[in-house]
Amino acid sequence: MSARAAWRLESLGFPQVYRYTAGKADWFAAGLPREGTQAHTPRAAGAARRDTPTCRLTDTVGDVRDAVRAAGWELCIVVNEARIVLGRLRKDAFAADRQTHVEAVMEAGPTTFRPDVPLDELTERLRTRHVQSVVVSTSDGELIGVLFRDEAEQRLQREPATTTATT
Amino acid sequence: MPTDLHRSEVQRLVTQGAQLVEVLPSEEYEAQHLPGAISIPLKQLDGMTTARLSRDRPVITYCHDYQ
Repeated sequence: MSARAAWRLESLGFPQVYRYTAGKADWFAAGLPREGTQAHTPRAAGAARRDTPTCRLTDTVGDVRDAVRAAGWELCIVVNEARIVLGRLRKDAFAADRQTHVEAVMEAGPTTFRPDVPLDELTERLRTRHVQSVVVSTSDGELIGVLFRDEAEQRLQREPATTTATT
Repeated sequence: MPTDLHRSEVQRLVTQGAQLVEVLPSEEYEAQHLPGAISIPLKQLDGMTTARLSRDRPVITYCHDYQ
């Protein structure tokens, strides 16, 4: 549709016409701002913890464990230099030997959710599946943060969802 | 020939003054759209509806996804 529109604009004499191929689905999935009547619907991005601890594949479990626990967390997201999500370390992984590399004990390729998912839909899905937390990332795989179900539920109590999004 | 853009290129061009045009039906625009975008549904795209667009600045069309 946007391709035909771009061609039509050219036919109308516009000299600099471009097409955002991936469209607004891509924009919203990246967690970028939006306007409109559904702009304020609570979404995953708003409830994700941005202070989520991260580590690299080659870090050692002992160092990561110390840093994560000092920050009051029990999990860590494994990312690369571009903050692309590669894995997750849960509490049980921290029981490994101190010198073990993260790569050897991480949960590879954890399921991630897009930041534009309506919070009420996501929370209901987590509740149904008895999941306590999920990773939120952009469509390019870049980490936004970890969303905890209990925190999301508390947020929804404060800011009830008023509309159902269709992204 | 229109040029296809990635998100980062859209962001760059918009900061330089490009005009965003959503070509989906107006009710979809009303629900949610990119900041600063204007609505000109594809079926209404003609000389009259595009009169508010500047020809001196880039125009970027978009819809929902790869439609």
